[in-house]
Amino acid sequence: MENTVVPEGGPTRRRVVELFLGSSLFASLVSFVYPVLRYLVPPPVADLGGDEVIAAKVGDLKLNGAKIFRFGNRPGLLLRVGEGEYRAFSATCTHLSCTVQYRADLHEIWCACHNGMYDLNGRNVSGPPPRPLENYRVHVRGEDLVVSRKREA
Amino acid sequence: MLASVRQWLDARFDWVALTAPLRKKTVPVHKLSHWYFLGGITLFLFGIQVCTGILLLLYYRPSSNEAFESVQYIMTRVQFGWLVRSIHAWAANLMIFTAFCHMFSVLFLRAYRQPRELTWVSGMLLLFLAMGFGFSGYLLPWNTLAFFATKVGTDIAGQVPFIGKSLMIFLRGGEEVTGATLTRFFGFHVAVLPGITTLLILVHLALIQRLGMSVPPGVEAQRTAHPEQSREMRFFPNFLLHELMAWYIALGVLGALAALSPWGLGIKADPFASAPAGIRPEWYFMFMFQTLKLIPAKIWRLDGEVIGILVFGAAGVIWTLLPFLEGNGKGRSQRWILGAGIFALAYMASMTVYGYLAK
Repeated sequence: MENTVVPEGGPTRRRVVELFLGSSLFASLVSFVYPVLRYLVPPPVADLGGDEVIAAKVGDLKLNGAKIFRFGNRPGLLLRVGEGEYRAFSATCTHLSCTVQYRADLHEIWCACHNGMYDLNGRNVSGPPPRPLENYRVHVRGEDLVVSRKREA
Repeated sequence: MLASVRQWLDARFDWVALTAPLRKKTVPVHKLSHWYFLGGITLFLFGIQVCTGILLLLYYRPSSNEAFESVQYIMTRVQFGWLVRSIHAWAANLMIFTAFCHMFSVLFLRAYRQPRELTWVSGMLLLFLAMGFGFSGYLLPWNTLAFFATKVGTDIAGQVPFIGKSLMIFLRGGEEVTGATLTRFFGFHVAVLPGITTLLILVHLALIQRLGMSVPPGVEAQRTAHPEQSREMRFFPNFLLHELMAWYIALGVLGALAALSPWGLGIKADPFASAPAGIRPEWYFMFMFQTLKLIPAKIWRLDGEVIGILVFGAAGVIWTLLPFLEGNGKGRSQRWILGAGIFALAYMASMTVYGYLAK
């Protein structure tokens, strides 16, 4: 019988013990989970190549020809639309990130994944792409075609 | 010999009592009984995936420099390597096919209704896991198709509001699809997903064992009206032997497909090449792929693809919770679910066919 008698202030003492136990359990759980969550996030990779890259040599592209070049960690698309006239865009489709290609037969930029079309200014003209392609600046430096990111004014 | 082993086990673990539920278990026999095989066939194909997957692990190397070459090595140098890989690829497709058939049969025979709601939920989660297996496994050979499928698939995950970006980076192991993605997908495919799937299969089977086989409402009415005509079959060994025959047929189909139409390898992925013309995902993602292709760029002020992805996500959640939305399961709500099932099946089938026919 004696065991079942709750002493004066018993429940309060039990509550304090439960609070301590609970909070230390919670704290140790957090100390396990937090490093795991941080571990899941990959460390950032430096975008190699910066804002400028040599995309091709002057003689590399025929008229109405195109080339995919490496711009940092991402692909870019260089076009030769006229005599000495070059254009460059990000080659990542704004719809779902596939890599676009130049369709010389249509004079348009095409994404094979979901049939998205962009015109020669990179504007999304048909299909599902919601935004135009990012436009880069191209200039000729000696024999090199140098592509650089346009700076925001 | 067998009797003495049984005796030995019985003396130590009370074997007879342990296996009693198995011997008592019966399966209702009626004109729709054959639909009961589909779950078992799916389980059998999962077993094949585990076995052939372990075999592939002996030679496969999960890095962007070696993955393609190691699969090429398996297919050209390792004896019967082409067969093991073909079986793994074909069984994956068949497994998803039978899992979908199983899901729709359970839906149309209304086997999800009370008290089997959680059996349905666990089954739906297993179906999503199977698709996760398909998606993660598809990348492992590191070919062009797989590379762009993964790019699109993880970009879709990236469109989810609020958590999308973090989810995409978590899946890709960085901002872009790279060798880091391959390593992660390999981990998901051979460790994370098999672990969760095995646990869920045990839950699914335990629920089926506990609740018994569902009898379709129409058949049940007949059985109640004429109890003398209702027949049962013992699960062990009778039903299991029937099921084994079905497994054997599945194995035959699988062997024929793998031998006569070995799975190709394609071209090694190049992150700096354009997506090739005619690119498409596995058939079970085709209806979503085709829908995303048809959705306009903008709906009101929102991006079309975000709407599409949210609608598919919501449909998946509603589908998983279907048994809880049925209400009393009579009259209008029953017809609502039947209609939704027919619509889903028709939509998925027609969009898949359209996806294959469209340029």
